Amino acid sequence: MSTLVAALRAHWEARPNQPAIHLLRAKRPDVGLTYRDLIDAAAGVAARLAAAGIARGEVVAIILQHGEPLVAAFWGAVLHGAVPTILPFLTEKLSPEKYRRDLASLFAITRPAAIVTYAEFGAEVRRAIADAPSGMATPMVLDLDTVEPVAPDWDALGGAAARPEDIALLQHSSGSTGLQKGVALSHQAIFNQVESYGRAIGLALGTDVIASWLPLYHDMGLIASFVLPVTLGVPLVLLSPFDWVRAPARLLQAISTYRATLCWLPNFAYNFSATRVRDRDLEGLDLSSMRAFVNCSEPMRAASHRMFVQRFTAIGVRDAMLSTCYAMAENVFAVTQGGIAGPVVVDRPVARDLRENRHARLLLPGEAADVVEMLSAGRPIDGVTLRIVNDANAPIGERHIGEICLRSNSMLTGYFHRDDATQTSIRDGWFFTGDYGYLADGELFVTGRKKDLIIVGGKNVYPQDIELLVEEVEGIRSGRVVAFGLFDEAAGTEEIAVIAEIEETDEDGLAQLREDIRRTIAQRSDVVARVIELVPPRWLIKTSSGKVARTANREKYLAMASASPPAQSPT
Amino acid sequence: MSNDILQPLATFIATSILKQPKRVIKPTEALLSSGLIDSFHLVDLGLFIEKTFDVRIDDADLNKDTFDTLDELAAVISANRG
Repeated sequence: MSTLVAALRAHWEARPNQPAIHLLRAKRPDVGLTYRDLIDAAAGVAARLAAAGIARGEVVAIILQHGEPLVAAFWGAVLHGAVPTILPFLTEKLSPEKYRRDLASLFAITRPAAIVTYAEFGAEVRRAIADAPSGMATPMVLDLDTVEPVAPDWDALGGAAARPEDIALLQHSSGSTGLQKGVALSHQAIFNQVESYGRAIGLALGTDVIASWLPLYHDMGLIASFVLPVTLGVPLVLLSPFDWVRAPARLLQAISTYRATLCWLPNFAYNFSATRVRDRDLEGLDLSSMRAFVNCSEPMRAASHRMFVQRFTAIGVRDAMLSTCYAMAENVFAVTQGGIAGPVVVDRPVARDLRENRHARLLLPGEAADVVEMLSAGRPIDGVTLRIVNDANAPIGERHIGEICLRSNSMLTGYFHRDDATQTSIRDGWFFTGDYGYLADGELFVTGRKKDLIIVGGKNVYPQDIELLVEEVEGIRSGRVVAFGLFDEAAGTEEIAVIAEIEETDEDGLAQLREDIRRTIAQRSDVVARVIELVPPRWLIKTSSGKVARTANREKYLAMASASPPAQSPT
Repeated sequence: MSNDILQPLATFIATSILKQPKRVIKPTEALLSSGLIDSFHLVDLGLFIEKTFDVRIDDADLNKDTFDTLDELAAVISANRG
């Protein structure tokens, strides 16, 4: 079996009545979809794509919220042999104008043939299409408020002719920058990943059940908690990310009800769950069915794990359930996995050597020095080879920090319509991840990032997107803004900090500017800024080419913040 | 809307959510659509309301469909106090 369509066909024929997905909905009963329900609904969408004249290999962008139309649209595009890409839906805080602009720039590069959305949202999408640069073929907008199931005619489906090397789906990360870089993945790469990763987590058909609240436009949600269970035949319990963030106890209740065994979470979710769930919402819950909570997609903290286990011990959560993973869309999903057969490996290198010499040296016998507690991301899954390289791209030894490079049988085909980006990232068959880390006894430890990327709650945020937004605020000048990430221990994730140089010195004027910056970022990006610092002219450190230096300015800010109380508080 | 609901809410939002204790929040100021409060804070707000006003509001009922301003939030709380 080597295409997604072949996998669906096998399930439809062999186990049509087996539960595929349980869709959980706020204040409404759960919807259980068997394989027949799911695939017939998908075949209904495939028929509509065919009727609309969408050809094999064309991109179908899906803009839908959690629900049956979303899951049917994804698999419907697959059955039709089109290339689905799931995009984030407009949120309450995001400005429609900004959302349209991002969509328009995505359309210009990805050039979808169709956009599947709700009837009500169609007008918004049509405006974005009108905003896209002229000269591109206009995608059609298909309304999908409800699905009309049909039994698939397997041999006639466009997807029946798919070859393993064909592109199966595209994955985008968020923001203006992320939306312009779609990761193109082949059927073969997805299958290689799903098989290797299934082995790495000891997946057992018939007993494992996966629970997830993750959005499907993110690799961890899309692959680990959607494509993997559906293709392998593991029941999936799916909550909406919007419902989870308002009521995080819902995930724990879902695990207890459906006896789930596996769940992927970004690090902040451990802190968020531990501190935001009421005692009374835990009454009667039993999470002892769980095999693994897999911490993945942002820096993993031992403190977050401890907090989580401590808070939920009474309902059956154990240390043995903690596990870790290093993953990226460019490898379909997982690169390494830890904590399944035994506990997550913890390393305690000397803090000073780690920071100053990029060397994860262990304490010598009798030596006293500060150490850093590092959680291993585990070992490479089957089919993946790792190496760590220095700035000259030469491999370096154990315990020395360098860029993590990988070679695997589940790598991306390329960034869609972006040969430039593909050639920068894949060199001599190695994918340069842009992450820093070290290897020790075969275990991978991720220490930071080479690229200026901020990860907020598992979401990738490009600082240049934030800086461009702030520069549009009246009173802020172009090239006088820097954005970077600061780790917030209490939240277990990074927060966004912005520093802007301004001429203004009047207190009311400063307060107004801060407010304008905060509102602009909130309405025009996926995140909010927690720290907004206004500084006098010539405060920011620039590179020799005149660009703001993010790392240097971050260090300058940290030195200033530790010397005096944060200026963010009373103003 | 009565001040005994508005004032504690305004103080909580300024101090704990925005971390700007001196920030004045007007009763008619947009909180959610303006991005002042993001979705991660709604659960904090719900827990605070439950503790302070002794009312239980279903988590799913605290969202952009039920309120955007302090005035509207106070109305939701009063209605749930019953």
